Amino acid sequence: MNPHEHGHEHHHEGDLAHHHDIHSELPSDPALRVKALESLLTEKGLVDPAAIDAWIEIYESRIGPRNGAKVIAKAWTDPAYKRRLLSDATKAIGELDFLGRQGQHIVAVENTPETHNLVVCTLCSCYPLSVLGLPPVWYKSAPYRSRAVLDPRGVLKEFGTELPEHVKIRVWDSTAEVRYLVLPERPAGTEKLSEEQLAALVTRDSMIGVAKVKAP
Amino acid sequence: MNGIHDMGGMHGHGPIHPEADEPLWHAPWEARMLGITRAMTFPKGFNIDRFRHLRELMPPHLYLARGYYDHWYSVCVAALLDGGLVTRDEIKSGHAAPGSARRNDAARGDQVWQSQKSQGIFTRKVEEPPLFAIGQRVRARNINPAGHTRLPRYARGKVGVIQLHHGGHVFPDTNAHQQGEAPQHLYAVAFAMRELWGPDASQRDEACLDLWESYLEPA
Repeated sequence: MNPHEHGHEHHHEGDLAHHHDIHSELPSDPALRVKALESLLTEKGLVDPAAIDAWIEIYESRIGPRNGAKVIAKAWTDPAYKRRLLSDATKAIGELDFLGRQGQHIVAVENTPETHNLVVCTLCSCYPLSVLGLPPVWYKSAPYRSRAVLDPRGVLKEFGTELPEHVKIRVWDSTAEVRYLVLPERPAGTEKLSEEQLAALVTRDSMIGVAKVKAP
Repeated sequence: MNGIHDMGGMHGHGPIHPEADEPLWHAPWEARMLGITRAMTFPKGFNIDRFRHLRELMPPHLYLARGYYDHWYSVCVAALLDGGLVTRDEIKSGHAAPGSARRNDAARGDQVWQSQKSQGIFTRKVEEPPLFAIGQRVRARNINPAGHTRLPRYARGKVGVIQLHHGGHVFPDTNAHQQGEAPQHLYAVAFAMRELWGPDASQRDEACLDLWESYLEPA
């Protein structure tokens, strides 16, 4: 059977889309709508406000780009770890206990003097949350999602990153549940830095691929 | 579906505007909405692919005008209405209808970290061997399903090379419609920018997409 045949039937798409019609009857201020939703769900036992607090706390203090920076610094200082990261990033990142929702299947892609990797999700906002935390607004925005695959060099310039013509750019469009983590190049002059000092240099943007890591 | 969400290759959305030292939230309601989405009880059988499909079904003018966590609000409300867990009047009033049922099975705060660590595994065993090998040339099919798909318009009909084989993964096109996980082999396929965008594109650069086996045919 052609797995796409279902697309020609009607799976209540109309009904599903119809649920969005309610917006014309709701306040435009999202703060009011979200507050009302939380009250309603709490009253109906469909959410526990303590669980909402706990999720916020996780993203504020336990999951963020510092996780990814530790992975990168370890790969820079431990050649065996770097090999494991590039051959099976899910397993290698699991060694550091950084796997989790939106980051259970990870591929690490290495930037070199010849190849530069850049990550986007053109269809929604897929992002390696378990290692980088919540994505920045620009990553989820139409300008980035539309142009990263069409004009990556132009996009990189908007981040102040200019690559020579001979460098090959590979854009990874995250269309599935695989999450891509860029292993940036280690900057020159950092030979004497410790793993911890190196981790402090690694930025979120360098692990998305829109910037390089700068020497201190 | 050929929706507003399928943005790869569009012009006209303006400059990117990265924000220096961007805060995690731009308003307290954004944090609440993230927490609600993670913590709330969804209808039985709801899944991440259905979440994405509901987001795609937002009216295009709202999709473009509203922020990310406001999209999540729209999706959560649509899911709750679709599953019959709340009524439109309840959403409008922010209160449970008098005499309506109260559940007691919502996720608790002390279960959240376990959920973070254990959820979101989409690899599945596929009995059939993979149809394609690394290095093989494939063409992305020219399909235009009205339902959910993860094959962007810009890659349809284009020829690429299998770069990675990710193993078996849940198939979003069926899962989003609650027609089963129907796992398939998933591949990263590299397309030359010139194949995607024509002779004005860079001759070196490539775009790699994760594509399910049924999106592909030998080329």
